[in-house]
Amino acid sequence: MSKYVIVGASAAGIGAVEAIREVDPVGTITVISEESCPQYSRPMISDLVSGKADFEKMKCREGKFWENTQVQALTGRTAVRLDLTEKFVVLDRGDRVNFEKLLIATGGRPFVPKIEGTDKEGVFTFTTIADAEHLAAKLQTTKTAVVIGAGLIGVSVTEALVKRGIKVTLVELQDKILSLLLDEKGSDIVENVIKKAGVTIITGQSVQQITGRPENSCVVGGVVLTKGEQIPCDVVIIAIGVIPRIELVTGTQVKTNRGIVVDNFMQTNVPGVYASGDVAEAYDFVLNQNRLLPLWPLAVHEGKVAGYNMAGKKTDYEGGTNMSALKYFGVPIVSIGIANPKEEAAYEVLVKHKPERNLYKKLVLKDNVIMGITLVNDIERAGILFHLMKNRVNVKKIKQALLQEDFGIATLPRSLRRKVYPGEIE
Amino acid sequence: MKRIIAKQEFCMGCGLCEVYCTVQHSKTKDIVKAYNRENPKPISRIRLEMNKPVSFAIQCRHCQDAPCVTACLSGAMRKDENTGLVTHDAEKCMGCWTCIMVCPYGAIKMDVNGKVVAKCDQCNGLDVPACVANCPNGALVCKEVTP
Repeated sequence: MSKYVIVGASAAGIGAVEAIREVDPVGTITVISEESCPQYSRPMISDLVSGKADFEKMKCREGKFWENTQVQALTGRTAVRLDLTEKFVVLDRGDRVNFEKLLIATGGRPFVPKIEGTDKEGVFTFTTIADAEHLAAKLQTTKTAVVIGAGLIGVSVTEALVKRGIKVTLVELQDKILSLLLDEKGSDIVENVIKKAGVTIITGQSVQQITGRPENSCVVGGVVLTKGEQIPCDVVIIAIGVIPRIELVTGTQVKTNRGIVVDNFMQTNVPGVYASGDVAEAYDFVLNQNRLLPLWPLAVHEGKVAGYNMAGKKTDYEGGTNMSALKYFGVPIVSIGIANPKEEAAYEVLVKHKPERNLYKKLVLKDNVIMGITLVNDIERAGILFHLMKNRVNVKKIKQALLQEDFGIATLPRSLRRKVYPGEIE
Repeated sequence: MKRIIAKQEFCMGCGLCEVYCTVQHSKTKDIVKAYNRENPKPISRIRLEMNKPVSFAIQCRHCQDAPCVTACLSGAMRKDENTGLVTHDAEKCMGCWTCIMVCPYGAIKMDVNGKVVAKCDQCNGLDVPACVANCPNGALVCKEVTP
């Protein structure tokens, strides 16, 4: 019997453990984790492939995290079934762990399209340390790679491969790379930089088949694109996205949509059962609805909120949104909220574009409130804009200053400054 | 713990806080070498905000519930439970800029070599942080608060 049981030990699970321990230093915690290694940063796996980081650097918590937080960690184990009436989790060897409060933080699994050849040797997904190690081990004999999907993961693994001297072809089904984060102009800037690094980018197409080698059909030899073009390669990395791992609650009364449905306390429809991270549909404060947002910082935050509530400290999740900072290919980018409004008439767009410096800044406003921030190559003031956005500050009077290079807290009128930064500047 | 408070009405925007912060965070701690010789160039962790006649200098507020700590992808940014300071471990930093995205004060900077971030550490070990000690007009003051 454990007071708290957490299934999953990545971002959301870690956040939950830390939050529970802030409130409840003694309640028993059991964590069930498929991975046996210490806590590591998943977004850093591309740094492992590029050679920039080793596992030691990738550890995102102190060495003995489980000991320090007094957690009973069942590592290398999978939770296979839930009994919500008797309140226990069944593990892969049939053993049970009873709980009072349960957090499902099982994350997502990489989406693998139903195309021929994904079972060949040399096809990789890219979300775990094991994926990164397998890929890195293969690179000594690799000269060319095809990366399928030009989102965050696809672009990060592309950069890592380029750093290892590998010729990469990046294939994206949408018309633009990073299409969930950037508008056309922003995407173009990054695309040009990536092309200059020697990467071939193919958009508006996908891979219809992964083919084998003439001498061994079980080993990757190339891909066939939707329009028929063939690209020879030694490895294929599938980076299309992740789908929530909801299988643990399938068949139970826990409500699911694409992910597990949660309220603002990160609790599911079953009292005492919580969900956080990539598996959960949490609140998006820009769209004002719950949705999947598989992002590391949000997962930690959601896990913390779940942890506080599980331990009895009532805490509301303020919500996240589609938001990422990017460092790839030396182009710093921040993208938050709406980058490209669909119903243009309802929004006002402020833009600053200096092509000669690859500088691009864009704000999307609705009723004088910031709904979207895109910053390319000038990002240091991003957090101030985000603060105004989160607090739904009416920016009507300071609109012209928001994208200026000298924009800062001093730009805000005194009354507003006092309101949004109370007590900090006297 | 200490908190550094900016007093806007006493600030004339001279920028000495940035100078002394830069020197304090240089290798040599020598003002000329710090500015003219050191490579990578040390950078100031305090930022002079200016919109004349308004000016004040601001640095990491060491937030109680720090968004940068929650958001940090690598575990480089941490809240020290004993001192109350938000600490940054440059060795662990992967330079992903996520903390910059979420800092409400815009108080985290990209380090000059562009690979990691830099922020105020309240001059680890100094009784009075360099920016406070060297402000010529008392526009930066230390307040003792309970963490």
